Amino acid sequence: MTDFTPTEMMTIAAARQLTSRDVCFVGIGAPSAACNVARLTHAPDITLIYESGTIGTAPDVLPLSIGDGELCETAVSTVAVPEMFRYWLQGGRISIGFLGAAQLDKFGNINTTVIGDYHHPKVRLPGGGGAPEIATSCGEIYITLKQATRSMVEKIDFYTSFGHGDGGDHRARLGITTKGPTLLITDLAIWRPDPVSKEFTVVSLHQGVTRDMVQETCGWTVRFADDLEQTPPPTELELTTLRDLQARTAAAHGGSKKGN
Amino acid sequence: MAQFQSLADAVRDNLKHGDTVAFEGFTHLIPHAAAHEAIRQGITDLTLIRMTPDIVYDQMIGMGLAKKVVFSYAGNPGVGLLRRMRDAIENQYPRAIETVEHSHAAMANAYEAGAAGLPVAVFRGYKGAGLKAVNPDIKSVICPFTGEELAAIPAHRADVTFIHAQKANAKGDVLIEGIIGVQKEAALAAKRVVVTVEEVVPDFKDLHPNLCILPHWTVSAIAVVPGGAHPSYTHGYYARDNATYLDWDKISADRELFTAWMQEHVLDATPEVFAERVKGL
Repeated sequence: MTDFTPTEMMTIAAARQLTSRDVCFVGIGAPSAACNVARLTHAPDITLIYESGTIGTAPDVLPLSIGDGELCETAVSTVAVPEMFRYWLQGGRISIGFLGAAQLDKFGNINTTVIGDYHHPKVRLPGGGGAPEIATSCGEIYITLKQATRSMVEKIDFYTSFGHGDGGDHRARLGITTKGPTLLITDLAIWRPDPVSKEFTVVSLHQGVTRDMVQETCGWTVRFADDLEQTPPPTELELTTLRDLQARTAAAHGGSKKGN
Repeated sequence: MAQFQSLADAVRDNLKHGDTVAFEGFTHLIPHAAAHEAIRQGITDLTLIRMTPDIVYDQMIGMGLAKKVVFSYAGNPGVGLLRRMRDAIENQYPRAIETVEHSHAAMANAYEAGAAGLPVAVFRGYKGAGLKAVNPDIKSVICPFTGEELAAIPAHRADVTFIHAQKANAKGDVLIEGIIGVQKEAALAAKRVVVTVEEVVPDFKDLHPNLCILPHWTVSAIAVVPGGAHPSYTHGYYARDNATYLDWDKISADRELFTAWMQEHVLDATPEVFAERVKGL
């Protein structure tokens, strides 16, 4: 395969984790790209749901916001937002929640609310939106973000959405019955929680990535699995699908950037 | 009973100083023209409720209309942060605002509870979430049948809700299509409802029987404002003006630039300018 960027590898590695059987609640940005690459390659029957109420959407370009008209026009059904959160999310109909993060800790807890103190913040971030309940009502949670010491931190400033808390059985102790974070895909590696401690552990390194590179861009001491694998590089089809999708998106949005 | 009025009259008759008000629309159908009219009339000390404050509340907060904001996602969707709202929170400029922060699920449930005439919204939420510790409105109840602990927050009961919709018929029934968001719930939860519409048609004959419609007797006032959602969009009429959302990041970053922009495009403008803004979208 030809050259690819770490971000392309991240998106494609994330896309590979999804199947046609999944019902996926999609966050904007990297999760949205991964979910749509999956739909356009090996998972044509995946159900993608955005919190604006669009169920089974199949956009030709990536949406700029979660409420773009394209999502509604291509959806199986568009429901009201209270119905979205009550019947579909809280009702337990969604198997995977796919989230990004501003700050993440090793137990999959996410902060997108504030940097610093909540009442006197250094930086006021947008906040949680749907994430607090996505994190606890979806069957399991996949997280994707680019590695950096400022985003992968030992302790997050605010618990916007709950992962495994302090680790172990913390979710169960709070009465949460869903699995929580089961997968973290970064631009360097694939991580899964330890079955007992729930600490994210690197299980696969992307091509050309070393253990040192993973540690240097992570704010906690990284654990590596004993049988560390290597992530297969993107195939021609995967890379072409992603790049075509991004080219269509750039043309549609006038080259504007993505985000939530 | 729905009264057809000019936007200026509809706002003057329904929005008062100190009111609790929701301008709703989930990315789609955001009632920008109505908010601009409220800014022109200088109606202040408002408690603003909205899931995503968006540009519409960034402008109202930046012009000093808000004393309190109840919200669940303070971002510029697809772009980044809301800089006027941040300036108010971080630097009390142009005035200090009180904030009450929720999740989307909580806000949607609170509107639904308001529409249902209940004082409280009950749902499975906020488990392990930090907002519980900083928002005293987030409490819990024990299910009397299963013993499960559930989140409880007050219902939203606004004095007035503003929405934008595709069309009204001659009687004043209102049709909303596409991403319908929380508008029906926000409207039915409020004491008064003001709707701006793209157009008025004689009747809704031959339409699908299950469309989202607010009957005329649930609506206080209707004002015809073509383009009235811009830079948000109206499904079937014009697309979201993403370039304006991107430009807002620059305009809102600077207090003087913001003030000059608001003077030219809001204070010195009229609702008629919205039709011009959506041409070509």
